[in-house]
Amino acid sequence: MTPRPYRVVHRHEETADTVTLRLAPVGDALAAWSPGQFTMVYAFGVGEIPVSISGGSGPVIEHTVRAVGAVSRAIANAPVGTVLGLRGPFGRGWPDLPPEGDVIVLAGGIGLAPLRPVILAGLDDPGRLSVLIGARTPADLIFTAEYDRWRAAGARVLVTVDRATAAWAGPVGVVTTLLSQVPIASGDATPPPTGYVCGPEIMMRLGAEALVAAGVPPHRVWVSLERNMRCGIALCGHCQLGPILVCRDGPVVDAGSAARLLQHQEL
Amino acid sequence: MTALLQSLEPLVATLRAEGYTVVGPRERDGAIVLDVIDSAAQLPSGWGVQTGPGVYRLRRRGDRAVFGHSAGPQAWKRFLHPPRERLWSADRRPDGSFTVTEPDDPPPRYAFLGVRACDLRAIAIQDRVLGASAGYAARRRAAFIVAVNCTEPSPTCFCVSAGAGPGVAAGDAGADLVLTELAEPGDAEPGYVVDAHSPAGGRVLARLPQTPAPPDVVAAARAAVAAATDHMGRSLPEVDLRAMLAASLDSPHWADVAARCLTCANCTLVCPTCFCTSVTDTTDLTGDHAERWQAWASCFEVEFSYLHGGSVRTSASSRYRQWLTHKLGTWHDQFGQSGCVGCGRCIAWCPAGIDLTAEVRALASAGAEP
Repeated sequence: MTPRPYRVVHRHEETADTVTLRLAPVGDALAAWSPGQFTMVYAFGVGEIPVSISGGSGPVIEHTVRAVGAVSRAIANAPVGTVLGLRGPFGRGWPDLPPEGDVIVLAGGIGLAPLRPVILAGLDDPGRLSVLIGARTPADLIFTAEYDRWRAAGARVLVTVDRATAAWAGPVGVVTTLLSQVPIASGDATPPPTGYVCGPEIMMRLGAEALVAAGVPPHRVWVSLERNMRCGIALCGHCQLGPILVCRDGPVVDAGSAARLLQHQEL
Repeated sequence: MTALLQSLEPLVATLRAEGYTVVGPRERDGAIVLDVIDSAAQLPSGWGVQTGPGVYRLRRRGDRAVFGHSAGPQAWKRFLHPPRERLWSADRRPDGSFTVTEPDDPPPRYAFLGVRACDLRAIAIQDRVLGASAGYAARRRAAFIVAVNCTEPSPTCFCVSAGAGPGVAAGDAGADLVLTELAEPGDAEPGYVVDAHSPAGGRVLARLPQTPAPPDVVAAARAAVAAATDHMGRSLPEVDLRAMLAASLDSPHWADVAARCLTCANCTLVCPTCFCTSVTDTTDLTGDHAERWQAWASCFEVEFSYLHGGSVRTSASSRYRQWLTHKLGTWHDQFGQSGCVGCGRCIAWCPAGIDLTAEVRALASAGAEP
């Protein structure tokens, strides 16, 4: 399976090290994607990494990339006009939004990227949508230009940081502390709530536990796992996580499965 | 109809005439290796092996058997799933885009001579794992397989408890011809009882000089394979390995193995089913021509599980646990069967002499304690 050329048509600098690239196919486009899936992004001659899809419509795909290594730096630094290669879309993404019931999105850091398509879809019925966002510092928040738009559409958007800087007037603390500000309707009389969680592994473990404690049924809490996905098609073996191959059986799994897999160190 | 061959030379010649590159066992560098042969005279006549944990030595046999040795350091995967392979190349165009070109060479047409039941099962397992790889599938489709029933297992063998051998069963997929070698001390050349297991095998067999195999010879061949069943040097414990291993992820025994394991990856290299790979992207000096190369990788490498910020499996115990629990346990979850065929290579070629069957037994008995 070979990469298809996609040209960078727009860049938006999210933070000092994170950028959202809008990519348009040079020739044939990839198959249609669904929220939570990823593609393998190739920087010509440098290497290839898995990147979740953070948005896009039609043949255009958006990827939000943080420069942490040689390949992600080459991709994050790609000027408009650069041609990258894409393979995919791969993996099992987020389950579709249920027809009714509260929806809570819990995001840590760049974990907000694969959740953005869920949020945008959730704006169709914004009254039930709560988006809880955490980051290390205010400077690490991504998609900040969109929070007010999501709020204006009717969604509840709450933001916290681990460490405040001078200009920060919002809450300080881990993202799960925001849950206390969200009325979650649960019980036999109401449609059950659904949770979508993505962020660092420890944040997802605690976040999923907190959602369950707040009344979200464990089988309705979804997390997006991260392992070393290299081929995307279950051939190379790198993304083993116990019984699953994350690229094929994930990255999105229910919280119960995730808890079982993540309870063993170094699995 | 079961036939009797007096020599393998016409078989090698016929396969070569059919356009196959014949690959079989050869004696080289103190081991039985797999390599291209152009004559049956290159087969390792009269060579046997002595194996044990961390031990592999050639020995002279009292007869002229060419298949009188158990699994060697190589498996057939090195031909169907090569250690290094170019997946594609890419050339940058003036507009900044690029064109990707996949190799379009016709796949090599291998005829494998002397595939044991354990290794035949290993090929079937890799078929299931790697079947979606176009390169693997093309090489596999083009291959002709001459299997050989095993009549002399080694002390490191446990194919019976792995359910893979020592004989090729009628329902085992993949073989075109199945041989049983009958060698007696003093015979100038062994005889071969042969059955066709596919239409292609039947066509090749029809071209060979042969006689109908007399019933007593067929019976002797069957008896020799049946006797091999009773000569397994090792066995897997008779427990539900998948469930036992899933319940043993936090066992203290992993640290015990890790105190001996060098994490050298030998076991994964010699294993006939281990399939993991890494790719490397490169360019030439102009920067406009790029290539992607795939090479065997191992779950024993620290960087195998690398994520930004560090690897998931840094300790030796976690890497050994990954290998063993995948091979015997989670392979079932991922691919619907076990990943072990009982060939014993990982035992013989472990420089520390770690014995998979003993480690599994230790885990099973530790788990059984109250």
